Amino acid sequence: MIWLGIETANAPLSIAVVKDGKVLAEVVQNIKLTHSVGAMPAIEEVLSKAGITPAEIDAVTVSEGPGSYTGVRIGVTLAKTFAWAIQKPLVGVSSLKALAANVKMSDAVICALFDARRQNVYAGVYNGAQLNTVIEDYHDHIDGLLEKLKALQKPVLFVGTDVEVYFDKMQEVLGENALHVPSTLDLPRASELIAIAQQQKLPSIEATHAFVPQYRRIAEAEANWLKEQKKGQL
Amino acid sequence: MDNYILAIETSCDETAAAIIKNGTEIISNVVSSQIESHKRFGGVVPEIASRHHVEQVTLVLEEALKQAEMTPQQLSAVAVTEGPGLVGALLIGINAAKVFAFVHGLPLIGTHHIAGHIYANALVQPMEFPLLALVVSGGHTELVLMKEHGSFEVIGETRDDAAGEAYDKVARVLNMPYPGGPHIDRLAHEATEAVSFPRAWLEEGSYDFSFSGLKSAVINYKHNMDQRGEEIIPTQVAKGFQDSVVEVLTAKTLRAARQYEVKQVIAAGGVSANKGLRTSLEQTFTEEGIPFYVPPLKLCTDNAAMIGAAAYQMYGAGIRGNLAMNGRPGMELTNWVK
Repeated sequence: MIWLGIETANAPLSIAVVKDGKVLAEVVQNIKLTHSVGAMPAIEEVLSKAGITPAEIDAVTVSEGPGSYTGVRIGVTLAKTFAWAIQKPLVGVSSLKALAANVKMSDAVICALFDARRQNVYAGVYNGAQLNTVIEDYHDHIDGLLEKLKALQKPVLFVGTDVEVYFDKMQEVLGENALHVPSTLDLPRASELIAIAQQQKLPSIEATHAFVPQYRRIAEAEANWLKEQKKGQL
Repeated sequence: MDNYILAIETSCDETAAAIIKNGTEIISNVVSSQIESHKRFGGVVPEIASRHHVEQVTLVLEEALKQAEMTPQQLSAVAVTEGPGLVGALLIGINAAKVFAFVHGLPLIGTHHIAGHIYANALVQPMEFPLLALVVSGGHTELVLMKEHGSFEVIGETRDDAAGEAYDKVARVLNMPYPGGPHIDRLAHEATEAVSFPRAWLEEGSYDFSFSGLKSAVINYKHNMDQRGEEIIPTQVAKGFQDSVVEVLTAKTLRAARQYEVKQVIAAGGVSANKGLRTSLEQTFTEEGIPFYVPPLKLCTDNAAMIGAAAYQMYGAGIRGNLAMNGRPGMELTNWVK
């Protein structure tokens, strides 16, 4: 079984090809190159290094969000079109869960997060080797997230390149229970994405058309519009 | 051997795919419009547009192949709108096109959206050069001179609002829903008298356009009437506005057609569906004895068939894109022939 994994949900990029559970080739990069330019050549490169043609791929998985709207959409568009073009199933995996998988060997509570700007974050909280969900992926003010984590009264392992933005605050609220993983584990890897996808049931090929990103946040224009509607009702 | 191009267009609020044979024949033409989603916002919201494109893109591709009863193996190339447009929207079509081209081993061609609008005419009758194109839409107002295939000289363009943009804004003043163009057109035809609004001719000899002054004049008129406690007559305001737009567009197009001694004048873009503008251009160029064409409505608004028609000429000229192609929101219309 050959998998192609695509991760472009935030600034880092990762593409991997995994055959029967073994990683054949993987690209992980965190450079200032927009995914619209970098992702497709990276897919070509990884497949070429792995010696795999598109037709040989059995399933595609993608980091479905949350993250940068544009980043998530580029990955989902690439993955969706790829899966449809080769007529193979597409599996979506949470971008936060895939990142948390970097430290799944630990028993600690794992909190993967991405900066959503203005003191907001996308966060997902997982537990132990099975990556059981403790707090489902969501969008929140950093203070709200830290309150929830404090209530757990356990050490929390934070993972992600954006953790440093909020680490002072994390220590302030959680004290010694706030832990940041080594920076070598902060980048998402498409091979972890594939490892998670492999545990899921394969959707039908027809389901690919309806596949959409998990933004975890409604568009600003829509939020404003809903606010206006509410005002009108009062 | 026949050439078949699969074309994709996602530069604004239509997700579209088409298959074009030899640059002139539409084999399939699929457009999924988002207008209903944007109506409540009174205009196209880029983030919402991008979200819709992701939902629709593989569906329209599949539908284009299905309607054409073709397989990817029968195609000669994949074309996609590279710019200009909304960057987030462009990226969906571009990334889908890149994957499709890669998986099926097809050449990739990045096409200019305005070149597409102009080439919509190649799907109706052969283009003859020199040719003058008046491109009018929600985002563009340009006079483009073509001396041969792939040669574009923008001899005039708007310095502020696009004509379609002015239509939408005036429609809002008259409490008409988005998109406003068709409503203004309809109201204008119901009026016999018109409120007098200025014409923006700009400096003598200029082929440029300006519509923001006209738009302000309409807003001021409404404001003054409100202050005096008088009701405006929407049909007469619509006619006054449309008369001004149409007169300037027609006069400048005519003057350019004469100066460059063109063999053909064409109108392209969403606003060329406007009845008032069509009628004026048709009458003017019939009297002038220059053939004038405007594509049918479904080829005036954004579609992928026009992208396929333009890409056919690029294909012949050896133009190819690569897998690092990016969206170019401010892409300029440049020549692909030397």
